[in-house]
Amino acid sequence: MNLTLKIWRQSDANSKGKLVDYNISGVEGDMSFLEMLDVLNEDLINKGEEPVVFDHDCREGICGACSLQINGEPHGPDRLITTCQLHMRKFNDGDTIYIEPFRAKAFPVVKDLMVDRSSFERIQQAGGYISVNTSGNTQDANAIPIRKEDADEAMDAATCIGCGACVAACKNASAMLFTSAKVSQFALLPQGQVEATERVLAMVNQMDEEGFGNCTNTGACEIECPKGISLENIARMNREYLKASMKG
Amino acid sequence: MGGLIKSSIARKVAMALSGLFLVFFLLQHFTINFTSIFSADIFNELSHFMGTNPLVQFVLQPVLIFGVVFHFVMGFVLEIKNKNARAIKYAKYNGGANASWMSRNMIYSGLVILAFLGLHFYDFWVPEIVHKYVEFAPEDPTRYYPELLHKFESPIRTGLYALSFVFLALHLWHGFASSFQSVGFNNKYSVAATKFAKAFAIVIPVGFIIIAIVLHLNH
Repeated sequence: MNLTLKIWRQSDANSKGKLVDYNISGVEGDMSFLEMLDVLNEDLINKGEEPVVFDHDCREGICGACSLQINGEPHGPDRLITTCQLHMRKFNDGDTIYIEPFRAKAFPVVKDLMVDRSSFERIQQAGGYISVNTSGNTQDANAIPIRKEDADEAMDAATCIGCGACVAACKNASAMLFTSAKVSQFALLPQGQVEATERVLAMVNQMDEEGFGNCTNTGACEIECPKGISLENIARMNREYLKASMKG
Repeated sequence: MGGLIKSSIARKVAMALSGLFLVFFLLQHFTINFTSIFSADIFNELSHFMGTNPLVQFVLQPVLIFGVVFHFVMGFVLEIKNKNARAIKYAKYNGGANASWMSRNMIYSGLVILAFLGLHFYDFWVPEIVHKYVEFAPEDPTRYYPELLHKFESPIRTGLYALSFVFLALHLWHGFASSFQSVGFNNKYSVAATKFAKAFAIVIPVGFIIIAIVLHLNH
């Protein structure tokens, strides 16, 4: 396959970036998208040019490190996968592919396609945890009865890998799907009730401070989420937030 | 409670509640207008009541105007904030791949409705206020239907009204159903509520279009 890549190049956070065209040949359908970029980078290095910087780690869809806005969609045209799981067979010979970083004020570009998603970490730090005594007398979690439906929903919410595709897909760059998943995974469980009020207020407050946009319920985040996190989590977070605001 | 005013969720809930209030008003407006296509007398009677009842005139009307202004102002505020949340736009953004046109363009359908409200106020509300509170003209309970008929004499005005109602349908298609999600309503009744909202988004604007066309033809 021969492809034309239009890749965002930006030397650092303070520089102005631009799309640069690259032609790549010999791309096989079985290659992953990141392998295709590896091939491009080897070629660039051999020519003495600066390779394209992009985030990646596990390359099996579980770490949330890889990102990339591919032809206008986070993680590319496929559903329920991350960029590292996207295969080149999804493209055709002669295609032009736009590759851009996830764009949001709260995700500043570090270099080329790599963005700083530490705003997600700060939202987590604000309340995405439970306090558990680990001094040797920790209660066995299995001793606390939990409805199967609640456990399943909490686990579904907890599958969020924090990749930021929800923000990248949203026309408002809203982080509500991410934040709501992190709120829901505890709100549904008895272990999460102790800090429930403070958690939702602190996490939503941090989300707003980071400069993410407002959710307008377009549903783009749910469609593009590689883990299929449901919009129901946002409704739950809204309820939790209103409840907590009345209490607080 | 202080933080509630500034929070993104509170703004979202405020948009939803003001929208739901306007939906309720729309239903009431439609019900009265609908009577005009089968009984001029009933329409006159209801319009006379709405136009002269002190509770409607001096309590509900200001509340309604506040609701409309609030919904639009908050809509613009959120749109500006949301635009700022992505300072650099994508060179290629495939919004249609994951969200409906209606959900992505609420601000534009809203702007058309705002322009329509300007025309509608010019047609009905301003003359009504002048008639009652500037000229202090004597009340004639039978004047409403002929005045209504006269407004729909022009095919251009009738067409503009019909076009505006198409945009109202597009706005309601996303807005009404989405308001349930915003207020945190998500349970076993959600599917039925969404279906009702989508049906409302079609039936009411189409009903308004039919009323406009019938009045135009009746002239």
